[in-house]
This record gives sequence, C-alpha cells and structure tokens, in this order.
Amino acid sequence: MSTSITLSREDVVRLTERVEGAQKRAVAIPKLTEEYPGMTLADSYAVQNELRQRYLAQGHRLVGWKAGLTSKAKMRQMGVDVPSIGFLTDRMARPENSAITLSDLVHPRVECEVAFVMKADLKGPGCTSADVLAATGYVLPAIEIIDSRFHGFKFDLESVVADNSSSARFVGGGRARYADDLDLRTLGVVLEKNGEIAAMGASAAVLGHPAEAIAMLVNILAELGESLPAGSFVMSGGITEAIPVKAGDHVIARFQELGSVGARFVA
Amino acid sequence: MTLDQINAHGDALYDAFLARRPVPPLLARVPDITIVDAYRIQERFVARRLAAGETIVGKKIGATSRPVQELLGVFQPDFGMLTSAMVHVDGDTVDLSRLIQPKAEAELAFVLKDDLKGPGVTAMDVIHATDHVRPCFEIVDSRITDWAIKIQDTVADNASCGVYVLGEAKGDPRRLDITLAGMVVEKNGEVAATGVGAAVQGSPANAVAWLANTLGELGIPFKAGEVILSGSQSALIPVVDGDELVCTVGGLGSCRVRFSGKAAA
Repeated sequence: MSTSITLSREDVVRLTERVEGAQKRAVAIPKLTEEYPGMTLADSYAVQNELRQRYLAQGHRLVGWKAGLTSKAKMRQMGVDVPSIGFLTDRMARPENSAITLSDLVHPRVECEVAFVMKADLKGPGCTSADVLAATGYVLPAIEIIDSRFHGFKFDLESVVADNSSSARFVGGGRARYADDLDLRTLGVVLEKNGEIAAMGASAAVLGHPAEAIAMLVNILAELGESLPAGSFVMSGGITEAIPVKAGDHVIARFQELGSVGARFVA
Repeated sequence: MTLDQINAHGDALYDAFLARRPVPPLLARVPDITIVDAYRIQERFVARRLAAGETIVGKKIGATSRPVQELLGVFQPDFGMLTSAMVHVDGDTVDLSRLIQPKAEAELAFVLKDDLKGPGVTAMDVIHATDHVRPCFEIVDSRITDWAIKIQDTVADNASCGVYVLGEAKGDPRRLDITLAGMVVEKNGEVAATGVGAAVQGSPANAVAWLANTLGELGIPFKAGEVILSGSQSALIPVVDGDELVCTVGGLGSCRVRFSGKAAA
C-alpha cells in the first residue's frame, strides 16, 4: 500500500463497530468515505484488521483469505493496480449443496472462483506465482457469496476494503486436484442459476492466472505484517461477473477438470 | 423474391466483396426479405466465388451466443460457406487490406471423419462423426455498411465470414471436455477475452448438430473432411496492423495469428 494510516485509533474503532454492526444486522450503511473523505487504503486495512481481531476475540476461526477486484476491468474501474483482499472465517463457510440463508445478508451476489489450499507457509514481499504453485497443496472449485454492506452495492475502494472486501459466505467443493495436474490458466467455467447459464469465462480472467492473484494477496499480507500459513484456504477472485441471488434460487458452478460446486438459497 | 432479385442482391454482395466497398443493409431496401430469401442470396454470392475458382472446404456456424442472437433479433444460429480462399494456417499473417471491417473471434473447429446427414442428428452423433477439434480464429467481416446487420443481412452476406485461421493443435472430443474447455484470447500478450465451450448453444456439439439438421433439410451435403467453425466463444476483438492474437483452449492447445495492412473501412 503506497498510503499511510491517517485515522486516529478512536476513528478506526468507530468505523470497525459500524461495519461489524452492518454485517451482523444485515443493514446497508452509507460509504465510509462520506464521513471520512480523506480515508486512505491503509486506513481501510486498519479497519479490516480491527474487524478481524474482534471476530477472532469472539471465537471465530480464521480459515483463510480471498482476493477481490482481480479482473483488469474492475481494477481499472477502481483505479488500482493490485487486487483487494479480505479474510475468511469458519462462520462464513457453508457446505456444498446446502441451503444458504439470505435473511442475514444485504444484497448477496455469487461468483465462481478457483480456490487454493496451501501446504506450506508463504510470506511476502516478493512472492511470485511460481512460489504460490510450489506451496499449493491442492486446488478446488468454490462459490463466493459476496455482499456489500453499502447502499446499492455502490462503493469506493476505501469503503469496500474496510468492509472486508465484501466477504460474506463461501462454499468450497467439487473435485480437489493437484495444481501440477492442471493448466490453471485455461480452466473453463459455467455459472448456472436455476438451470440457465448466467455467466461464463476461463480462469485467465483473473489477472492472467489465478496463482498471480494469490501471489499479490501474499504481498499485501506482508504489508499488513501477516503471512499465509500452511492449511489456509484462499479464493483467487471471481472468474465471471457477480450474479445477484434471492431466496429460491439454485446456483451451480461447473468447472473444467474440477467438477462442480453448488448451493441453494432460502429466506 | 424473384430469381432476378435474388441474383441481383447476390451479385451486389460479390461486387462489394471484390471492391471492398460495403453496401447498405438489405433489410432497409427489401423490408419483407425472409431468411429463406437471404440463404438464396448467399447461395448466389458463394456461387460467384466458386465460379471465380474457389472451392468449398467447410461451413461456419454464426449467431450461436445469446447476446449475438439478441443483437440480430433471432433465436437460432445461421451458417455460411468456408471457401479455399479463406484458409489460413496457424502462425499466418492475415492481410487486412483484403478485408473491409474485420474483427476476430475465437472458436473450436470440428473436422469430420464421417458424413453427417440430417435431419435427426444429435450431439452424440456429432462426437461420433468427429475426427478431431482444433482451436481456431474466424476473422469475420461484413459487406454491409458499418456492420448494421440483422439476421437477413448476415445470412445473405455468407454469415459475415471473412477468413479463418486453423490451429495446428488437434484434440479428440472423446478426451477433451468441449463443453467446459476454457478459451483464453490474448491480444499482444494481454488477456483480451475469456470464454468456454458452453457459450456456443450450451455446447459446440449442439451447434454442429443444428447445422447438420439444417443442411439436411436444405439438401446441402455435409461431408467427411470438411472444417466446421462451431461459433464464437469470445467477444469480437477489433484488430489492426501489427496486432497478434493467440487463443488457447484448455486441454487442447493454441492458435496464433498476426495482422498486417489496413482494412478498407
């Protein structure tokens, strides 16, 4: 992050409480930058870090991380050249093919992603996609249910990072594979909603290669004074656009070589 | 339409093709033109090319994705003829000055080992009759001004076919998952588009089955050895002098093409 923290400790705690309240009560709030227009990306990660510490103190378990804003188009739109990251806890995990409750979310959308499970620790800076692949235990398909706690899913980078990069729920499943057995750049994916194709793409849509997104995530973690321990579950970013879901919908993501992963949604 | 009218429109498209000077949309001039009329005009346009020494080497399927169908106002694909003058091989440089308003799209090409005779052909028959599939580019082009096409215009204009580039990589559709195989298109080293087989009628084999059945009804032969371009899996990519495109199909391989010169429009 080429920025530094400008918010006072009190302001960080205030904003963290505001985000935590919005996440827990599933209410939309104004963008944080409306009150703090000078907020920097470093401030946003300070809020996200505080949010993570609060959840961990409440007994949530950190299971991994996710990369967001991983397509060139989205990064250009947000005026950034690196993805955003967010943390994942056990409370966000949902089993494959389960019924996912939507009443505790604001305006959920689904994306399909290649997820990595690490077999070795990774530490930036200077982490490369080759380092990521060497440290990868296996890959699997995943559905991420993102949710912005800001009005109308409208946000800026500073607000969205403070809101844990819109992390809400995730489902890993399908078929686990060794990364070495696959070309992770050219995996095709079809996202179906209620039996109709809703979005399509190939994994190179994520920064040219999903491992590239994980490498950038590890380097951002280094700036935050964190590393990626073995066993971490890491989602590399949406291959397709995010598709809105409502109660009664069923989604399934079909991946080349990785099988499929699905979920249904209830009120 | 009378035969004279059909021939006049087909000849006008052939002249537009030769002179690289597009004509206004047919639909604007003949508001009640049907798709059947349009295929008869295509037949004339192609017959003129064959009379000039070209031969038919295969077929292309167009309008296979929902966004393109919505644009054209149809809910079915269309087809055109591939001729010997359109053929390029992997790594070739395509001379844009031969074209009017070209754009590239990445596809899966099927090469048949058995004749396919519709009606009644299913996707399973297509896989059975396929020798191999290859990554390929179709460089589409329109002899209609500013690509202002509806379905009748593109059908009459040989489904907007320009030239095509057949990759060297060969895949067996009984080994390759043609429905879920990813498609990555890079332009000058950067990812320009991604897609997947399912973008084409749910599976490229469905599009080829549609073609076999449609040709069967029309009595047009569909022979072993023919190349079938099954429909675009990517967005249309504009190309200019100096551009290089590479498309890679997951589990299959790549096809590469360069462009030189300046298109007419």
